[in-house]
Order: sequence, then C-alpha cells, then structure tokens
Amino acid sequence: MITFQLINMKKELNDNWDYSSSLEAINHIQLKKKYNLFIDGKWIAPSKNTYFKTINPANEETLAEIASASKEDVDLAVKAAQKAYTNVWSKMPASERAKYIYRIARLMQERAREFAVIESLESGKTIRESRDVDIPLACNHFFYYAGWADKLDYAFPNRKIESLGVAGQIIPWNFPLLMAAWKIAPALAAGNTVVLKPAETTSLTALKLAEIIEESGLPPGVVNIVTGFGETGAAIVNHPDINKIAFTGSTAVGKIIQKALVGTSKKVTLELGGKSANIIFEDAPIDQAVEGIVNGIFFNQGHVCCAGSRLYVQEGIAEKVIKKLKLRMESLYVGDPLDKNTDIGAINSKEQLQTIEKYLKIGLDEGTEMYQPKCTIPKKGFYCAPTLFLNVAQSSIIAQEEIFGPVLTIQTFRTVDEVIQKANNSPFGLAAGVWTDKGSRIFNLTSKLRAGVIWANCYNKFDPTSPFGGYKESGFGREGGLHGLSAYLKLS
Amino acid sequence: MEIKSHISIKIPVSPSIDKVGVEERIARFQSRSIKNEAKKQGLNMVLSMIDLTTLEGKDTEGKVKQMCYKAKHLHNYFEGIPQVAAVCVYPSMVAIAKNELINSSVKVASVATGFPSGQTSLALKLKDTKFAVEQGADEIDMVISRGKFLTGEFAYVFDEIAAVKEACGKARLKVILETGELVTLDNVRKASDIAIYAGADFIKTSTGKIQPAATMQVTYTMLMAIRDYYDETGIMVGMKPAGGISTAKLALHNLVMVKEILGTKWLSNEWFRFGASSLANDVLMQLVKIETGVYQSNDYFSID
Amino acid sequence: MSRLEVLKTYKIFIGGQFPRTESGRYYKPLDSKGKALANICLSSRKDVRNAVVAARKAFGPWSERAAFNRGQILYRIAEMLEGRQAQFVDELMRQGSSKVAATNEVNLSIDRIVYYAGWCDKYNQVLSSVNPVSSSHFNFSSLEPMGVVGVVAEQSTSLIGLVSLILPAICGGNSTVVLASEKLPLCSVTFAEVIHSSDVPAGVINILTGSPEEMAPILASHMDVNALITSNLETKLSNKLALLSVDNLKRKFDYEENWVEKEKQALHYISDLQEIKTTWHPIENVGGASSSY
Repeated sequence: MITFQLINMKKELNDNWDYSSSLEAINHIQLKKKYNLFIDGKWIAPSKNTYFKTINPANEETLAEIASASKEDVDLAVKAAQKAYTNVWSKMPASERAKYIYRIARLMQERAREFAVIESLESGKTIRESRDVDIPLACNHFFYYAGWADKLDYAFPNRKIESLGVAGQIIPWNFPLLMAAWKIAPALAAGNTVVLKPAETTSLTALKLAEIIEESGLPPGVVNIVTGFGETGAAIVNHPDINKIAFTGSTAVGKIIQKALVGTSKKVTLELGGKSANIIFEDAPIDQAVEGIVNGIFFNQGHVCCAGSRLYVQEGIAEKVIKKLKLRMESLYVGDPLDKNTDIGAINSKEQLQTIEKYLKIGLDEGTEMYQPKCTIPKKGFYCAPTLFLNVAQSSIIAQEEIFGPVLTIQTFRTVDEVIQKANNSPFGLAAGVWTDKGSRIFNLTSKLRAGVIWANCYNKFDPTSPFGGYKESGFGREGGLHGLSAYLKLS
Repeated sequence: MEIKSHISIKIPVSPSIDKVGVEERIARFQSRSIKNEAKKQGLNMVLSMIDLTTLEGKDTEGKVKQMCYKAKHLHNYFEGIPQVAAVCVYPSMVAIAKNELINSSVKVASVATGFPSGQTSLALKLKDTKFAVEQGADEIDMVISRGKFLTGEFAYVFDEIAAVKEACGKARLKVILETGELVTLDNVRKASDIAIYAGADFIKTSTGKIQPAATMQVTYTMLMAIRDYYDETGIMVGMKPAGGISTAKLALHNLVMVKEILGTKWLSNEWFRFGASSLANDVLMQLVKIETGVYQSNDYFSID
Repeated sequence: MSRLEVLKTYKIFIGGQFPRTESGRYYKPLDSKGKALANICLSSRKDVRNAVVAARKAFGPWSERAAFNRGQILYRIAEMLEGRQAQFVDELMRQGSSKVAATNEVNLSIDRIVYYAGWCDKYNQVLSSVNPVSSSHFNFSSLEPMGVVGVVAEQSTSLIGLVSLILPAICGGNSTVVLASEKLPLCSVTFAEVIHSSDVPAGVINILTGSPEEMAPILASHMDVNALITSNLETKLSNKLALLSVDNLKRKFDYEENWVEKEKQALHYISDLQEIKTTWHPIENVGGASSSY
C-alpha cells in the first residue's frame, strides 16, 4: 500500500493567469559550428575562405558560420549541375526521378522537428509557425511535385516537353525552408538540376536540406547549395550556363535581375513584393474577418509578400471592426520565437527592423494615428509590436509602399466600386482578401481584383496544389499546382 | 397564461459565423502550451469551477449524499484543494443536497422546466422552477424550447426565458441551449443572444443527454456572444460548457479561450463552470503528476 | 535437426480484419507441379455481402479525406510492399513464376503504386474545369468518386493484375471489394496484409478468394455496388455480369490489358471511376467597376 505525503498546493492565483514560458526543447538538434558549400554532392570550403556569422535575431547570439560563395564557387556549382544534368538526371527515367524526390519528402518529415527548431532559431519566426505551417508545407511540396515527374504529358497535352537544364534559384529569408521547397521540388520534377542560394540571414535550413539530399542518395550535382550575399546571387544570375533563373524577393532586386537577363536566352520567373488589400464588407462574418485580418498581417511578423497590409473596411462597421481588432491584439504575445505561446516572433534582422521603424516614423509624420497594444518586448533581439495606422489616406506613403512588418494601414470605403478601384490602385498585385457572406459578391470581387491570389473569407492559405504568384510588379510566373510546372520546362 | 415580456431592449441582429474560420481560431487556442505554474493554477481553477452532476432516472437519496460528500472532499490526501463550485440535481433532490452542503461554499443547482426536453406547458415549467427555488436551489438550469427556436419563433423563446427568470427570484438562472440540437454555429449564436437579452445569468451548452455536447466551437461562439453583450452594456454573463469535457487538457483549453476572449474577470466560478463528471479525477491526477513528476493511475483516486 | 516452419493460414480480408469465410469452405489451388499450394478460403455470397457493407461504411470517410492524405497512404502501401519484396517473390515462384519474372512483377507493382500515389492530388487539377458559360455565373466541374467499386481481378497473374485495378480505384477515393484470381490467390492475401499495415482505413479495400464464377454475379447484381471493373474476363461470364449490372445502372469497365507492360498505368483508369459534378453560382455585377484594364 503506497502512502502519500500531504502535499501543499499554492492557493493564491496569479491574477492574470499569465502563461508560464513554454520553451521548445532544442537539445536534440544538430548544428555544425561551420558550414561549407554543398557542391557536387560534397561539402567544400569557399575558394576565398571567407565565412560570415549567422545569428539568432531573438537574442543576437551567433548560431554558426556560413561560407561565402565567390564567383568561382558559383562556377564550380553550375558546372557540377551541368554535368549531373547531362550525364545522369536527364537520362534517368522520370519514375525513378520521382522516387528520389519522394525520398527527400519522407526524410524531411522524419526530421521535421529539428527543421522547425532551426528555422525558428535563425529566422525569428515562431516555433508554432515553423512546426505547424512552414515545415509541413515544405515536406508536402516535395511530396506533391514528386508525383508530377512521370506525368508531365498530362499537364501539357499535345506539346513537346523538355527540361531546361540548370536552374539558378535565389530565395528570401521570410520562409527559408518553404521557399527552398517551392524552388527545388518543381525544378527536379521537371528534370532540371539546381544551384540554389538561400538568403544570407537564413542559410541553415537550406544547408540541413542539403544533408537530407545527401541521405536520400540523390546523384551528386543535382542540387547544389551556395550560400552568400548579393554578389553570390549576381554571380548566379549572370552565369552564362544557367538556363533558368527563379527569384523570390523584393521588387527592386527583381527588376535588377530582369534587366541583367536582357539579351540572354534564360527563362525567368519572379515572385516579388506586395501591398495586398484585405476587404471587409458589412455582411462579413465579423469575428472571423477580424481573425483574418490578424492572420493576414501579423502572421510571420508581417514578413509575408502577400500580407494583407492594407485593410479596407466598409464604413458602417469600421468602428466595430477596429474595436474588435484592438481587443484581439491584446491577446497576441510578442516574444521569444522558441516559446510555444509566442504569436509574434522576432524581426528577421536589424536592417529589417530599421526599415520598419522608418515607416512607423513616416506614418506618424504623415499625420495618421498609430496604435500598438501594451506588450512586453524582450530587451535583446529585434522586435516590433503589432501596429495599426488609422485614418490612412490612399495617398499615404505607408499605404503605398511595402513595409514588410507587423504594420497594418486602415482605410474605410463605402461602395463596391470604390473598394475595387482602390484595391487595384497599386503597382502591386500579389493577393487580396474579400470578406462577405454573399457568394455572388465574392465572385464579383474575384473577377475584378487584379491580384494573382484571392482569398475569400480566409487569408494566407497555402497548399502545394494551389498556384501562387502575382500580377503587375508583384512578379510573374506561378509556383505550386499544375501551373507551377511550366516555369521549369521547355514547351514547344 | 400570459407571458410578461421582460425588458424592451432591442435584440441586435446576430452576426453570421464562418465555421471554417472558427476552426482556425480554435486551433490557435489548442496550440497554447500551459506548463508549470500556469498549469497548476489553471488546474486548481478548473477544480473550483466544476459542477458535479447527477441527473438520472435512478437517482436516490444515497447517490446524492455521496456526490455531495465528494463535492466537499475531492481528494483528502492534499491540503488546499478547492471545493467544487456546485452540485446539480433534479428538483426532487434539492432539499437533500442542500442539507448535505450546509456550512460549505458549494452551491446547489437544480434543473427545471421539464428537463431535459422541455416539451411541456409553460405553466408546468414555471411551477417546476418555483418548486426547486422553494426547496432551496441557489441556481436554476432551464432548457429552451428548441422546437420553437428551429421553426423561427424567436419571440416565444425569448419570452419563455424571461418568464422563468422572473420565477427564479434570487436564484441565478442558467439557460441551456442544447447546442447539439441547434447544430449550426449561426443558430448557437442566435440562441445565445436571445438568452442573454432575455435575462440569463449564465448560458450553458447542453443537457448532457445527447451528443454532441460542449465542443470548443460552440463554447467559443457563446463566449463571443457574451463578449459582444458586455461591450454593448457593461453587464457580465456567465458561461458553462457541459458534457464532453473529460480531460484536464480540454478544460485548460477552455480556460485559455475564456481568458483570451473575455479576460481574467471571468476566471472564477462566479462566471464560468464546467458541467463534468469524470473531469475532476483527471485534473487531480495531473496535479499530482506535476508535484511528484510521476504519471498516476485511476486506482488511487476515488470514483464516486 | 532442421527447424519446423510455422505454416501460414490464408484468410480473407474484410473491414480491416482477417476472418475465415463464413461458409467454412476451402479449395486447394495447385502449383505447376500439381502439388497443393495451400488451403484457400472458398468465399461465399455472404462474404461478398459483408464486404460490400464494410466498403460502404468506409467509403464516406475515405472519399472525404484530403487528397494529399490519400496520396501519403498510397505511398505507404508502396513502402510496405517494398519491405516484403522477398516474401512476394517467393510466393510468385511457388505459383509458377521464374525468379526473374517474379522480381519484375513485384518491382513493377511497387512502382505502379508509387505512380498512383502521385495522382491522388492531381487528377482533379487535370480533369476539372471552370466553364465559360454565357450567363453571369461561376460554373465549375470537378470529379467525385463513384462509391463502392467491385473488382474482378484477372486470372492469369497473382499480384500485378490486382494492383493495377485496385490502386486507381482507391486513388480516386472509392472503396473496393476485390475478387482475387482463383488459380493464383496467394499474393492477394499477402497483399491484404500489406494493406493492413499501411494506414489504409478498414474497409477501403476488401479482398476475397474463391471462385469468381460463383461470386462475381453476386457483386454484379448487388444494388449497393456502384461500379464494376473486370480484366481479361472470358466472354460468357463477362456478358452475364454486364446483364446483371443493369438493374442499378452500375458503371462497368472491362480492361483487356497486359498489365505487365510498363505503360499500363494511366490517368484514365482513375477517371473511369469518377463522376463529374458541375456547380453554378451567380456572379453579381454591381455598379460600374469593370475588369477590363
């Protein structure tokens, strides 16, 4: 018979019932101190022996040293990719290619938690997002495209289908692993080989992916990862033996790239910035719309190209929506990305935080009203509280330029015509959100909004089967779905 | 018999609800991680919010007495375990319960109005209510007329609640919506608004006699109705999910919802209750696990 | 002294479980040397009935799963089959194949399963459409599974013929009741074991051994079976089944194929077992805003 000791229970309640810190365990992850370049199936030191530090933006601590690839290193990578393409990958039966890509997907699933932790450590995004959104989507993207490898005839009936050769891919820091998946998976499925450069503040998960690629037995040279800064990217863009460039990043850099490709035969796709309108009509399911606003701009700290950063709310319910929005923001926690209860993690870098703060100042100077809920911000690291700007005008700078942070501008509208015109009145055209209970109105808006992705009664939904990409200066080409294949194929 | 309309406050048009959007919000609540001190406090709160319930045809004096004892003595091996909030019984058992619970803070709630179906005349419903109150019930749990609601006779539903509220006198009124029969969240929201504006002190999800009972989705919808009413009028209304919450984890998710939607003012048994029978033991096992670091077995906790 | 082998009991597969035939009957298929392979269940009409009930129960949840999820499950079938390669090669050899042919058949089966796994979340993209109707309506057509599909596997192979019919059916969200080859039944039962360990929900695939002559008409006349697919069936039986299928307007497909050929896997085996649903919804055209730019 087991006897119990009398145990004392603490009687007093913390009046606020604050959630205790609930940190994700990180002792199981494996990070090297120094990473080389992954070229031709081997880890090789950069030719100029230069490395740079990558830090955790939550506390500014160094995580690892990353190799800086020079023009010579890029050349080595492209040659390896060419060799692998000519000798192995283009000769392999498509169904065998598919099986390699399936292997990669399954191996990623097996190591999902490690990926999620490293992603959060380096990018600043919350562990909840990495774990529940980024990593599963990345795995699923590989799994989806694996299945297309031996079915391309069905995607493009009556056309001669050929792969392009070597694809040079440059990805951003806001969804590091997911962007790598969006680039690599369709390229491989279409029969190409790859040279990929991750963003300089988020190299680690791409490098861990290289480890998976090693583990999968993928023939050497089919995927090469060259880390580095803008110069490395430029070397890729300008390399004469690359057949296709895929870039996701800012509109400014996208234009530079497009200019550099004039006169070459390289195919290109660009996925650039946005200033997407999120539109709330009077008959919207209001509480879910408020949640949609929060999802649209505060998810991933607002570092989302398709973020719903311009809110248009019909005048009759504006007061109510704003009140509910402010209340909802009270329960958003800003803090350590590794805490499972954090809703808004760290801003990716000091530079980005400075950019955001610049826009906050512009907004105040323009005379708009700024609102931020009271929240505790950690002392070290880069953080920004979720922010609203009220009484914004269509001509405000903060309503026109992409801020890329947790900052929402709010405007009211009165009629359908007005909001369609205002939503379209932008050089960008990546995404839009429409909130209304009326189905026929949804289809009216979706036919008239000039954006590549329209979310009706939802926001920021992604799926490997769903094509994603923008109109106008938000870029061209689509990623995901059947339509995402054509970018990596020569169709004649 | 004529029903006196209660207050002439205009009932607002209930908002429409997108169920998929609700599911997403719920997923956020469910991914909150409640550990260590927050978990201990949460679990303690849960215990103090439980309404122990016996509502069976075969209830007897002995059954009710045993339950009342458990209400006061959840687990004698600990110091400082709170007592539950209330016991909930049929009107015929109110006097017995009341007697057992003299000198304790545990309240006696009684179902009334032809529980659980409510398919009887208004006159009998009011008589049922008055009897329970006379027997000493501190709280009355009534059922709305679901049939009338589903055929769109909202004024009838409203007036009925108002009449029962009057019959309650000093007793607090919990209005059971029986969300399992209302099915859609739009209906749940509408019924919540009607009940709140008609004078409910608490809105409650279910009778516990049918499935589904309290799901996170309906609880969320009802909490939002309370939130909007509070923002509009400054008046607090309580909420009770009943049935289907058998684990400590689920109970904590519910408290997360209350905290993030209504705020900490509602985190007391004056404004939030759990209608649950086996929940208490799971919570106790979790508390012991936190203290000792060891997973527990049912064998060591009394089953009454 | 050599170790005594524990012999396998070959049962049937219904509702995720391995019962014996309720009739208690058996038969002994022979190997190429005329020796009995095993005691195989001679399934009855009641087994067919039970299998259809199980398939119907499983159909709703299976068809409602995310296509991606189905794809993952089908891929896992391939994983499990790959793990049992040696066992299947052995069974095929016992049933008369050469080692080379057996290995080819198993490898082809695995690769074919991977092929169909990849279709689950794509066939709807390829075959659905948004239709440009002339009225102001959003009009789209998409595919939906038919329901319970009866499958009469070809008689001349033990594994590949089975796999080639089952996989496209379940890839498309249908559930199946499968009648195995009478003379070569061993792999069908072992395949049931592979299914059982693959996260395939109970009842999505049900496999019965015995006489197709006896059971196929039951399946063909069953009013709760929505489609019937057969392969390389002799004409007399095929016509009989066709007549019986008419009463509930079963969709019927007969495939005259040599399944061992690599190209005998395609989209149309999936789409054959799909219905097409077209939906209309008004597009309101309010005010003067136009979409021309």
